[in-house]
Amino acid sequence: MREGFSNQVCYVTDILAAPAEAGIAGRRLVVTMRDVSKLFSNGTLALKDMSLYVKAGEFISLLGPSGCGKSTALRIIAGLGAPSSGTIDWPSSKINKKGLPEGDVGFVFQDPTLMPWADVFDNVHLPLKLRGVPKGEARDRIMEGLAAVGLKDFAKSYPRELSGGMKMRVSIARAMVTKPKLLLMDEPFAALDEITRQKLNDDVLRLWQEHGVTVIFVTHSVYESAYLSSRIVVMRARPGQVFSDLEIEQPAERDRDYRTSETYRHTCQIVSDALQGAIHAAEVRP
Amino acid sequence: MTDAVETNREAGTDAAAGVLLPKMPRREKLLQVIVPVVALVIGIIIWHLAVTINQVPRYILPGPADVWDALWNDSATLWPALLVTVRITFVALAIALIGGAGLAILLVQSRILELALFPYAVILQVTPMIAIAPLLLIYAPDTQTALLICAFIVAFFPVLSNMAQGLKSVDHNLLNLFELYGANSWQTLIYLKIPSSMPYFMAGLRIAGGLSLIAAVVAEFAAGSAGQGSGLAFRLLESQYRLNIPRLFVALLMLCGTGIAIFGLTSFVSWLVLHRWHESAIRREN
Repeated sequence: MREGFSNQVCYVTDILAAPAEAGIAGRRLVVTMRDVSKLFSNGTLALKDMSLYVKAGEFISLLGPSGCGKSTALRIIAGLGAPSSGTIDWPSSKINKKGLPEGDVGFVFQDPTLMPWADVFDNVHLPLKLRGVPKGEARDRIMEGLAAVGLKDFAKSYPRELSGGMKMRVSIARAMVTKPKLLLMDEPFAALDEITRQKLNDDVLRLWQEHGVTVIFVTHSVYESAYLSSRIVVMRARPGQVFSDLEIEQPAERDRDYRTSETYRHTCQIVSDALQGAIHAAEVRP
Repeated sequence: MTDAVETNREAGTDAAAGVLLPKMPRREKLLQVIVPVVALVIGIIIWHLAVTINQVPRYILPGPADVWDALWNDSATLWPALLVTVRITFVALAIALIGGAGLAILLVQSRILELALFPYAVILQVTPMIAIAPLLLIYAPDTQTALLICAFIVAFFPVLSNMAQGLKSVDHNLLNLFELYGANSWQTLIYLKIPSSMPYFMAGLRIAGGLSLIAAVVAEFAAGSAGQGSGLAFRLLESQYRLNIPRLFVALLMLCGTGIAIFGLTSFVSWLVLHRWHESAIRREN
């Protein structure tokens, strides 16, 4: 558990008892964020009293206009940078000495963030190497991970030899190679073209379904969030906090037909309205 | 037709296969060798003609043939001298590389140390080395050591400043990634900071390589040491005093050759390390 400067204490049992957050299915909580604020040293208040409870197996999209603090929230959830006040906890993870979850978080940045001097294999190897996983065991897991994103034949390629979409796949393989409980994705496909993006959306969805990983996905695309998520958290700016929290009923099988279906269109409509509301709310209050 | 469209859609733009490094056409390669060689030969012919037609005396400007003869006749004197100069150059360069890179690593680890050593670094860097040479000749146990120290001081700073800059220019996202995976500072240094600063280090190496030869020669001029075991720079001065201009030319040619060899060697090392990933070592193709 990581605490900010306020003297609030986080009682896990307390949160579990709260009806809104405990979840109907009573699934385990993976992340609890309570009244988190983040003030940057330049005076920007990125988040103000944001609370979010994430249950195991959810696919959550953090959706909002730029500047609403969704990336900041994701970084705090990852343990990168402590909140200025409020508490963040990972109730079902082993917490290490630094107060961070150990080995349970995979992160995919907006850029692929690969080491240009290392080939694809070594890039995916990194999290395991840092954790001291023996070479033989690591090798199998890396090849398995590369196969899962369709890059088995590119293990010896260097990042600069790959297309943007392929680099992103390497980044996803790297995030998944530690078999994390929580996969955090920070606008991962924003810089990709539409076709590649849709393909990678399907890949992420498949990984989520096959591995049962909990995903928190930051995006500013209504369509992407409506396609992927089991829950969409719409955020507003000034101050950055949760504006509305939408549970989405999704069919297990989502494909090209689903993208043109009335259900999908309807979901997009609801999400879009919520996003408009969030943008409007930020405009009316100075 | 429909099949082709289908595969295309399936693959998306993502299926662009690994881009292989483009091979240079043979004509281009041949051109790269022939043009410089022909230009050099023309230069030598013009030199020869200018000397013979104008009947310039040998002690003012020897022709290429005289220099060629001197190369064979004086080799017993000049080769050992060249060896002395080359040894000073390479030992100084090696110490500069180890010392410069090592100190840069220390500096970026500790802010206090960096601030404390900064004035010394600036003082040593801006003082013309030749001005310290007389002092060094007094303090050093022998002339060779003094020359070595001179060459070292000159070659040291490009390595230090480039390496320090490189260590500070690590991609912030990659630093975040390492933090996220719980890397300790040792792992971050070995797996991230050092590889990522290699392009900067290589730039330092190439500058330092040239400078260490220049410094070795200049320091020898300053020392003016005669007799057994003196370097090529002294032989050069000596030839001038004796008006043995062909020998002076040979000494010059040898220094020039050494410079070229150092340039080639450092460029090759740089290429070896960087050619798989860094932009500087890859041909641009549009």
